[in-house]
Amino acid sequence: MFELTVNGIKHQVNVVPEMPLLWVLRDELGITSPKYGCGIAQCGACTVQINGAAVRSCQARMADVAGKAITTIEAVGNGKLHPVQEAWIEHQVPQCGYCQTGQIIQAISLLKAIPKPTDEDINQVMSGNLCRCGTYERIRVAIHAAAAKMGGN
Amino acid sequence: MGAMPDLSRRSFVFGSVAVAGGVAFGQYAQAQPAAASAAAMNPLTADLGPNAVAFNPWVEISPDKITLIAQHADKGQGVGSIQPLMIAEELDLEPGQFEIRFAGPSPAYFNTGFAHELAPFMAPDQSPEAEKARAAALEWLRKAGLQMTGGSSTIPDTYEKLRMAGAVARETLKAAATKRSGIPVADLRTEAGHVILPNGTKIPYVALSADAAKITPVSVAKLRDPSQWRILGKPMERLDIRSKVTGEMKFGIDRRMDGIVYAAVRLNPNKGQPIKSYEASKAQAMPGVQKILKLSNGIAVIATNSWYAMQAAERVDCVWEPSKYPAEQADHWKTVASSFTPQFLAKEWRNDGNIDAGLKEGTLLEAEYRAPYVGHQPLEPLNGIGIVTDKGMEIWVGHQTPQSVQQIAAAAIGMKPEQVTFHNEWMGGSFGHRLEFENVRVLAEIANQMRGTPVKLIFSREEDFLQDIPRQIAMGRYRGSVKDGKIIAADVQVAANAPFKELLARMGSPSKDPDGQLGVGIWNVYYDIPNYRATSFEVQGLSPCTTWRAVGASANGFFTESFIDELIHAAGLDPLKARIEMCRIPIYRKLLETVGEMADWKGPLGKGKGRGVAFVEAFGTAVAEIVEVTMTDAGIKIDKVWVAADVGKVVDPVNFENLVQGGVVWGLGHAMNCELTYAKGAVQQTNYNHHEAMRMHQCPAIEVRGLENDYTVRGIGEPPVPPAAPALANAIFAATGKRIREMPFNKFIDFV
Repeated sequence: MFELTVNGIKHQVNVVPEMPLLWVLRDELGITSPKYGCGIAQCGACTVQINGAAVRSCQARMADVAGKAITTIEAVGNGKLHPVQEAWIEHQVPQCGYCQTGQIIQAISLLKAIPKPTDEDINQVMSGNLCRCGTYERIRVAIHAAAAKMGGN
Repeated sequence: MGAMPDLSRRSFVFGSVAVAGGVAFGQYAQAQPAAASAAAMNPLTADLGPNAVAFNPWVEISPDKITLIAQHADKGQGVGSIQPLMIAEELDLEPGQFEIRFAGPSPAYFNTGFAHELAPFMAPDQSPEAEKARAAALEWLRKAGLQMTGGSSTIPDTYEKLRMAGAVARETLKAAATKRSGIPVADLRTEAGHVILPNGTKIPYVALSADAAKITPVSVAKLRDPSQWRILGKPMERLDIRSKVTGEMKFGIDRRMDGIVYAAVRLNPNKGQPIKSYEASKAQAMPGVQKILKLSNGIAVIATNSWYAMQAAERVDCVWEPSKYPAEQADHWKTVASSFTPQFLAKEWRNDGNIDAGLKEGTLLEAEYRAPYVGHQPLEPLNGIGIVTDKGMEIWVGHQTPQSVQQIAAAAIGMKPEQVTFHNEWMGGSFGHRLEFENVRVLAEIANQMRGTPVKLIFSREEDFLQDIPRQIAMGRYRGSVKDGKIIAADVQVAANAPFKELLARMGSPSKDPDGQLGVGIWNVYYDIPNYRATSFEVQGLSPCTTWRAVGASANGFFTESFIDELIHAAGLDPLKARIEMCRIPIYRKLLETVGEMADWKGPLGKGKGRGVAFVEAFGTAVAEIVEVTMTDAGIKIDKVWVAADVGKVVDPVNFENLVQGGVVWGLGHAMNCELTYAKGAVQQTNYNHHEAMRMHQCPAIEVRGLENDYTVRGIGEPPVPPAAPALANAIFAATGKRIREMPFNKFIDFV
């Protein structure tokens, strides 16, 4: 039995220690916003925050994340939309949207490290997040817009 | 624009006969129960609650809510949003005032948008013969009752009928209000979900549903002029954007149900072949595992969590029947190369002038091009939920062909199609993947062995790759000649396996006609080349193949527009100017001029920079693209792409831009980086690290302009794909002098 805190709520889960966090969230807890895309950290659709850092939840073993604070897209804005989410809506980034929760969490992490990223910074950090629909340019534009919003706060 | 006697005469000569017999859809009509007219056959009436009304198959109003039905499935292309908004435009509803539901299977939802593709006339042809053929094709489609999302057809199919559905509902609600209030219809108006009386009293539509149900739907003569539109044609927020940004959107893979069990599969990677035997004792003992089931072509593990099921499935030792197609990739290519013979001739699509004489004049050029198998691999893997009972099957799966889901699932478990209840889901991409049935068939087999228990099947990414029925493998053999600065002949031959015909066969409707998709990109070429012949050959005995975003044109467009570029260079001409001068369709010439203006095209750039242009019409939509690249120490860098596309009417401008950008990324990314190859009968690429397409760091800025000169409304999901690869190859040639004639390009040149 492991204890897991997701978006501030404590859960008890009974799984093997090596089960990836992704599948604990999805199938044990019913939190389906982190998506299964590849299972090998190639796509980024499963990205969540663990103690504030963007992590591929398909690679985080249950035993290693027990007791840590997990944040999924539902809680990144602390009860309202995060500025990155606002920018995503304003620039209508998603098509199918399957990768976008992971993209947004990765972008939040990027802006935390580099508040005013260049295109080069964005390319470097965001290239691990695959989008099969091809929304990359809108993602770039939305990140710049979010940076401007957050800088203005 | 007027008709083009020249083109219509030519196409008519070899296209006049094959219309209503089903050029592309084969025997589908015979396989389907004949559909009554959509009005007489409204699938919504069967399940209507008390005091509810369904004016037509798309609008349902009950005392507590308004539901708009989306007949085309949403794979990310935005039609779950624009379909209800087209209804809302005429019905005077605002976003937030209605629910959206995907349609169940019904011939009432037959796709009128395929009529153009079925009629063997070129897209810009408005001659009476062409229009007659399209009308005949439409009638045939009505009889066939085929409900399918695909072929960039959603907007062409629904642009008129959904606005009409909204208008009819509006006028009928007004008639109901007249009956109740005694006030003449002419004095009533509608706004934001209400009928408004002259004194300002507002009656909510939902309050009129019971009365409206007693009235025969009012017929409407004329739709509102686009100048009156409130929503359409203007930048609007897609209705699904917010839920996709907040994480609330539930895709098929996210659906949960009480008492559910989780299934993973291992299926024979030799596609289409059964399993011989298996040994599962190791897997059976693994955590969470409940059962291991034998399937016709593999095994399934039932577990308490998808991950347990996937882990255990990997540990089952399976012995497979070997493939019927060549086990090794080199033999696939050999088979293609040996198919340019009369035995495999599918169709001579065009034969203008005298090709033999034309090729003898001037300087002869010959080139061979290749397009490999590629995967669809939408990010949401194949999945589904199924429950089988003695009465039938209920299935929840994101799919583009609801009726075929019923047929395939029923056939797999010895039931009748009408015993299968289908629920569509929001899809995390498709690109053609969700026109196929592997997950549907397998889910039916599994749920049938677990009767009464809901089963959720998820393909692991690896399994999804291994079972992905790829894009056709294709080879083009091109000959042409130039003389005195002019292209005087082009003889275009393509050999490939037949994607659409194969899909139809799997749908239970085999066709003997040539695959029309292998003619796209070689037949509908609009340059004034006096001697022009286009021929397709259909390769037999290879891997199954299917429709992949842009289908035939994704390969043929690359071949033809690369070869045209080679001829233009051989003739000493400017690639853009020569195309404009040779283009015989005025609105397409305008399109090429537009993309040239956008890019400020002025000929060669020098200093390791190069630009390439390409122009392809597919699914009726003409798209011209210019790609600019720079040769750097780290390889080719794509700096910028300019796109002009003519769709007659841009209905959803922001989404239009997004789809065009995505199509360019799709076309470029796969042309640069992707192929699927076979070894020992199985695909060798099993995850995205082997088949990356494009990532952020390779993605250029993409500038888009939509034109509205075409005489009819066109789709945009696929048409931006075909010009991307040849425009890039032509740009690389301009920058480096290196001509790349085979995809993926990264086998021949490095990219940054």
